[in-house]
Amino acid sequence: MASNTTSQHISGKVAAYGAMALLLLVIGIPMFWMLSGSLKSYAEIYTFPPEWIPSNPRWSNYSDAWNAVPFGRFYINTIIITAFGMTAQLICGVLCAYALSFFNVPFRNGFMILILAALMIPGEITILPNYLFFGNTVRDLLGLDKNWINTYQAMILPGAATAFGTFLMRQGFMGLPRDVLDAAKMDGAGHLRTLWDVVLPMAKPIVVTFAIISAVNKWNDYLWPLIVTNTNEMRPLTVGLTFLFDNEGNNEWGVIMAGTAFVVIPLLIVFVFAQRFIIEGLTAGATKG
Amino acid sequence: MAEVVAPVSGSGATAPPIATNVDSLTWERPRASIWNKDWFLFVLFMFPNLFLLTLFTFKPAVQNLFISFQRVNLLNNKSKWIGLDNYRYIFDHPTFQQVLWNTLYFTVCTLVGVLVLGLLIALLLNQRLRFRDGARAVVFAPYLLSGAAIGIVWAYIFDPRFGLLAQILSWFSIPSPGWLNDPNWAMPAIIIVYVWKNVGFAATIFLAGLQAIPKDLYEAAKIDGANAWWRFRSVTIPMLSPISFFLLVTTVLGTFQAFDIQRVMTKGGPAYATTTLVYYVYDQGFGNAANYGRSAAAAMVLFAAMLTITIIQFRATRNQVHYDG
Repeated sequence: MASNTTSQHISGKVAAYGAMALLLLVIGIPMFWMLSGSLKSYAEIYTFPPEWIPSNPRWSNYSDAWNAVPFGRFYINTIIITAFGMTAQLICGVLCAYALSFFNVPFRNGFMILILAALMIPGEITILPNYLFFGNTVRDLLGLDKNWINTYQAMILPGAATAFGTFLMRQGFMGLPRDVLDAAKMDGAGHLRTLWDVVLPMAKPIVVTFAIISAVNKWNDYLWPLIVTNTNEMRPLTVGLTFLFDNEGNNEWGVIMAGTAFVVIPLLIVFVFAQRFIIEGLTAGATKG
Repeated sequence: MAEVVAPVSGSGATAPPIATNVDSLTWERPRASIWNKDWFLFVLFMFPNLFLLTLFTFKPAVQNLFISFQRVNLLNNKSKWIGLDNYRYIFDHPTFQQVLWNTLYFTVCTLVGVLVLGLLIALLLNQRLRFRDGARAVVFAPYLLSGAAIGIVWAYIFDPRFGLLAQILSWFSIPSPGWLNDPNWAMPAIIIVYVWKNVGFAATIFLAGLQAIPKDLYEAAKIDGANAWWRFRSVTIPMLSPISFFLLVTTVLGTFQAFDIQRVMTKGGPAYATTTLVYYVYDQGFGNAANYGRSAAAAMVLFAAMLTITIIQFRATRNQVHYDG
């Protein structure tokens, strides 16, 4: 807010830039500290006062972390969970949102209430029963030799549907211009064609928004994969990193920070290139409407 | 400003917030329903989502309620109906009372931290400054990162002897607390990390709210002779109230579900000092002394708390005062 006199104005600006610098320091330093720690030797970690930038960076921390736990597997597992989980949520969500927006059938509002009811159920109360389901239930139900604990399907399936995405995308679909949809109908387009050629291209922003939300959630998901995996070969990055930390204990900080960087840096790189998209996507629910 | 509803994801991950118009909550007929009845295709479109929701959300929610009335023998998987015993046990247990207190402590402090700092950051970045878009991106970035990963980074920062924070405190000749090893300091440490991670989201939402306030309201207040503080109180605060309420609800629901930071930093300790309700659910279900019935009962308590918040929000947003720009 501009002040009346120039000197007040200038001191206000200086204070604002000072506050901004402090803010960026507080937010940025933990990330800097992670990178700095990831290049420190054991001796450098345990010196006080600590060095800000290690004088001879120890790159071998990265190879040590990579060899201490199977990070290659962790990456593959996270990518599989994210790709399949997001694709499944998009398919389920788009089809369901379309049906709830453009089909004139009885009980449609009843179905909408079902979706809203699902929104109210937190994942925390489904975890124990779902764990039991992928244990003995699914084995007996399908007549399998062993249960599905520690499998990709157990990690992906419970998060494959989406009440939230259905709700969000239905909001987007309902806002589409009516006359374009009428024109498609006049041209004799069926529902599948209308969905693919008319609705999806026009509703692209909201679909992309949901895809971003879904992908970030899957990439960072923690509680369910922690419970349903029991070998390192099946763990995603977030859970695998925890086991590196638990195993190395509170002393090999250099190696642990290198392992943490493996988890954080890919997401930060994506963020640098797509920050506008990602910020708008993740905040879209709150600022639109 | 928009009416808002905070959803709760059914898949374990914390769902981001969503805003909606009240129209769609009152089930008015969709405008574009112009085609003939087409039940078969409708069912086909609905099936994947509804089937999976039924199997992995609705059915387990009901099953969880049943388990909360049972004692499950983990060796032979036989269950015995024991009525309300699990609820009686947890509510009589001092640990659970501490867990409820921890949850309240964590939620209230985090809420105040996220909302107050978020608003201050938004006010700062709403000024005409260079690099403010870049600053907004930097502040937002932690929100995107895995709680498990940043929890580990902060555990290193909090190291009482060789950590970054110990050094910064030493500049001011303040001895570092034991942080994660000290029952009195572990929860503040967790709160600091949680606020650090989530304040950027609140700031971004507040900033969008600030930028949506029409400038002529400020001009009118100025003509009326209102000084900067009065303009803030009489224009900014009321205009931001729907968005503040939305952030309040999403932050509370988020803290009720916060898990990964506690898991990596303290594992609920020391001496249960950082065991919140969701951590208790996990610990009772999958910890060393696993007891499915008690875990399920605690999960029902969590569900009841979250449902209460959501219902309050529904009622409040329905009656909310609106300031249209």
